[in-house]
Amino acid sequence: MPANSDESLDSGKPRPLINPDECKGCERCVNACPVHCLKISETLNCRGIRPAEYVGQGCTGCGICFYNCPEPYAIKIDKPDKVSQPAAVEPR
Amino acid sequence: MNRIKTTGMYELFPRSGCADSRSTHYCAGCGHGIVHKLIAEALAELQIQNETIIFNPVGCSVFGYYYWDAGNISAAHGRSPSAATGIARTLKDRVIICYQGDGDLAAIGLNSTLQAANRGEHIAVIFINNATYGMTGGQMAPTTLGGMKTLTSPFGRDPLTDGYPLHVCELINQLAAPVYIERVSVADTKRIFKARNAVFKALRIQKEGKGYAFVEIIAPCPTSLKLSPLECARFCANEMEAEFPLGCLRDKSDQPIAEAVPHQHVSAEEFFSKPDYDFEILAPVVDHACKESSMRFAGFGGQGVLTLGLWLAGAARIDRRFTTWYPSYGPEQRGGAASCSVVISGHEIGSPAADSLDLFVAMNQVAYQRFVCDVKSGGTVFVDETVPLDKKPPTDVKLVRVPAIKLAAEFDSPQSANTVMLAAIATVGNVTLRRESLLKSLEGSFRKKPGQAAANRDVFIRAEQRLKS
Repeated sequence: MPANSDESLDSGKPRPLINPDECKGCERCVNACPVHCLKISETLNCRGIRPAEYVGQGCTGCGICFYNCPEPYAIKIDKPDKVSQPAAVEPR
Repeated sequence: MNRIKTTGMYELFPRSGCADSRSTHYCAGCGHGIVHKLIAEALAELQIQNETIIFNPVGCSVFGYYYWDAGNISAAHGRSPSAATGIARTLKDRVIICYQGDGDLAAIGLNSTLQAANRGEHIAVIFINNATYGMTGGQMAPTTLGGMKTLTSPFGRDPLTDGYPLHVCELINQLAAPVYIERVSVADTKRIFKARNAVFKALRIQKEGKGYAFVEIIAPCPTSLKLSPLECARFCANEMEAEFPLGCLRDKSDQPIAEAVPHQHVSAEEFFSKPDYDFEILAPVVDHACKESSMRFAGFGGQGVLTLGLWLAGAARIDRRFTTWYPSYGPEQRGGAASCSVVISGHEIGSPAADSLDLFVAMNQVAYQRFVCDVKSGGTVFVDETVPLDKKPPTDVKLVRVPAIKLAAEFDSPQSANTVMLAAIATVGNVTLRRESLLKSLEGSFRKKPGQAAANRDVFIRAEQRLKS
């Protein structure tokens, strides 16, 4: 199991939690990530698709990949409490 | 540590058929999934999941009820606004969302959509515009762009034969009632966050009970448009927005709620118990000595033949007879052939149809020709003097020529030829009804016009005197 999908660990740093088996490989998140910290995996998931994966560093916890993803449970984002967010993601 | 994750959806989607499924049935890069998440997030954030009813459309998103953790209903193709109207009006504290695609909303359901918008129903309509019929495999939709190739426009949509792309937001913006109309897109991050706010606002308007909200969302359909997810997103941002410019067309959500004038409730019992006359009508009594008699009154519409029949039937009610009145006329209100049949009896009546007549009143030639052969032996025919008798009545039938139209004109009341005819029926006296009852029924029918009641009574009495002399 990839390290970045272990949801129970609190790394203290912002990071995307990608469930590779839910990913359909549309690449919208990879394309949208403002800091280019996502890529398409070299390995196939259970669907036979190359899913998105975290490169391992650089995530700011902005949530943009989450909102670009059409799947409900393919991406979650861990973000520290005191990280400034893009205005659009702020609570309404 | 905070966690950004999907809220407002079921944890698992067992209805999809796989017990442990946590993924949607949508294609990679589909706009539906993104919009589903935005709606679910707004539902959870507004805390309205328990009072929300979402109408799932016919289209790819027909299985919306797999995902949204709220009330879900499926309506017939395009009829979500009509079904939603019923729910919104009966369950006023609910939040109603119609989630519809362009085939559902802009093609088969456009009428329902415009009518519901025009009535300002309290529903939030989320309209997914992907310029094609996605579920059926990419046929041309009303929103397909000019020149765009689809399964059913293989050489590109030609506006001269296939029409122009339909701008639904602009159509709805012609109507006075809607509170909020906006067109957004989910092509990229910036647009998704605008769409997120628009969906949230449409749902908040429902929570606050402010009225009709319409959000059109331009969404990619990579499979049907035969593009990769990223190419399709770019297509939405460039080509589709050139035809369907984004923006808020109307926002009256900060204005106070308009209240409809409440109706005074009248129960069905109360409504139908209103008396027909100022005096009481008693229930009919069985009298086997009184044989059943069938009558027909015929002429052209406007001569008062239906009313004449009603007077006879009314008099029968006053005399506590069983009676039926059965009109027959064309689609026109005045001028066409009109007739009614009346059956009066001392016992319960089996059929209101009068095929074998004891009494027949003809006010014009067509009516006379058509029905005179139905009069049975021993019956009576009343014919206006102006009608030429080009057809002989059956044998043993009494023929009475009445100068009804002439006398009515003479009495300065040309529209009361039927009253003269009633006087003739009373004078010849071959009906079992009492003269007082006929007169009472005549006057009673004008209870809302006292002047008319007196005038018709006057015509009746003068006609009686003339006919007797």
